[in-house]
Amino acid sequence: MNAPMQNIQHLIPEFERWKERYPAGFEGSLTIPCLRRIQEERGYIADSDIDELVAYLGVPRTQVDEVLGFYTMFTREPLGRYHLQVCHNVSCSLRGADGLIKYLCGRLGIQPGETTPDGQFTISTAECLASCGTAPMMIVNETYHEDLTPAKVDALLEELAK
Amino acid sequence: MTAPVTEPVLSGRKFFMNHEVTPTSHTLADYQARGGYQALAKVLKGGVAPADVIKEVSTAGLLGHGGAAFPAGRKWGVIRPDDGEPHYVCMNADEGEPGTFKDRWLLEQVPHMAVEGLILASYAIGGRHAFIYIRGEFDLPFHRIQGAVDEAYAAGLLGKNILGSDYSLDVVVYRGAGSYVCGEASAMLASLEGKKGWPRNRPPRLTVKGLYQKPTVVNNVETLANVPVILSLGAEEFRKTGTPKSPGTQMISISGHVNRPGVYEVEYGYSWEKFIYEDCGGIQGGRGLKCIIPGGVSTKILDADQIKGVTLDHNAAVAAGSQLGSGGMIAIAEGTCMVRLARVIQRFYHHESCGQCTPCREGMGWMERVLDRIVRGEGRPDDIDRLYHISNANDGTTICSLGDSAGYACTAILDHYREEFEYFIKNGRSMMDGQLAVEDPFAGAVPTPLRGMAGAAV
Repeated sequence: MNAPMQNIQHLIPEFERWKERYPAGFEGSLTIPCLRRIQEERGYIADSDIDELVAYLGVPRTQVDEVLGFYTMFTREPLGRYHLQVCHNVSCSLRGADGLIKYLCGRLGIQPGETTPDGQFTISTAECLASCGTAPMMIVNETYHEDLTPAKVDALLEELAK
Repeated sequence: MTAPVTEPVLSGRKFFMNHEVTPTSHTLADYQARGGYQALAKVLKGGVAPADVIKEVSTAGLLGHGGAAFPAGRKWGVIRPDDGEPHYVCMNADEGEPGTFKDRWLLEQVPHMAVEGLILASYAIGGRHAFIYIRGEFDLPFHRIQGAVDEAYAAGLLGKNILGSDYSLDVVVYRGAGSYVCGEASAMLASLEGKKGWPRNRPPRLTVKGLYQKPTVVNNVETLANVPVILSLGAEEFRKTGTPKSPGTQMISISGHVNRPGVYEVEYGYSWEKFIYEDCGGIQGGRGLKCIIPGGVSTKILDADQIKGVTLDHNAAVAAGSQLGSGGMIAIAEGTCMVRLARVIQRFYHHESCGQCTPCREGMGWMERVLDRIVRGEGRPDDIDRLYHISNANDGTTICSLGDSAGYACTAILDHYREEFEYFIKNGRSMMDGQLAVEDPFAGAVPTPLRGMAGAAV
């Protein structure tokens, strides 16, 4: 019954260490942290990851499926090497987010939700990322880039495209 | 005629933004040099009983800083110390209400104040485990708060027998994974159980049945960060700052069309106009102020006249027709197209509706589609009535309060600026210039395809 731990086996010791600070019986709580860690490693969540995590944590498979569908940060397929998430909520819109999105799309030749053919860049739009006072902004992978201007975007893209 | 305004007497005190921010000011050593963890030492070594901690926080009149301004001491007081159950405290660091970024500042700059508050709160309600639920996208704030927790463990401020007392506490920093609704306390606890973040009906309250059905206190970062302040100063001294009904200060993050956006610590009772026109440098491009979103997009919009003579405290904001909410203030300049703005807000609510309650799940998408067609110039004459109709159907019929506000955030704009919607529907174009940005850094910028990329799409 237990799926052989091929993909996440090396992460199990880390997961076990996390458990030490949780109360007993909180195994299910590890669903989200474990998925985050797996995705950090692979870039997305594969079917086999789900099988193995279900076997490891003993949570229902539907719980993992629901979590993957519910939270916006999880992806079931690979994204570009650099994931550009541009906030287009109220404060950013008031500071030029629409222009930023158009500019990025123009420079990369793709639309939000798409990845460049070379697999380097994915552009997404995002809702408020708590960076309203330094708008317009985007997150590249994990890092916030704020108070963006065309010059800053150009410099960043040049750097990333190296 | 407006009634004469009596300016409250202010102390001018700040609790958080009262020191120089340096590359190390967030560390344990620096925090301790500023007097950090002395409140905890006073409580644990001085034999202050948990009930007395709750009493002090209640007497101080500390109000929740997450948006609802619920008295913190009253929330804690619901927990029954001798019920034989485990009790949990969860710090709500899932800052996601559009316009709000003050907790980010606290997490990045004074993480130990939040951690000390979390320990004190846990001690007060008899908790052995506590959680910090931080939004998934936060990078630096996560590293700062995790770093603070690690430093606290290493210094014997967390873990077994804190500061040599018989009190022990473990803290888990739990990262979300991208969901607005998880900022709602019951959704947050569902997420902390490793599930999708669906809010649930009350009663039972979370302080009766919360995380894994055990009594749980959920407090905002800023709320907890106030706790060591209160225990250091004493309730009486704490109350000398702010107004009688809103004691203390409020961290306000301001964005939008002001010249100096950012995070400010404002004493309750401070003049709203002074804050906007002086502290924040007034409105971009020399324009006038059109309106304000006072405390996150879920609070009702106030036009420029409505904040005249109003002070920044909870009672004054409610009397003016809105709330201070999460302290996420957005200033909007004259000339801004409110129809387009409403569409941005509605797109957000549609995106973030968790899908549990029919009125919100269906209504938010419907409202967005209606606004979409108005903005495309295809609005129908009865669309304004339709927006009110959908919003009314949402009001009071959803499990969480986010569902309620999802409708009226838009209709509050309609209440004030109906003529702009009518004009857009009638003429197929904006009554204003149609722009949302006053100063657009990307205006006129021509994007050239990055080398190796296919031809530009626009």
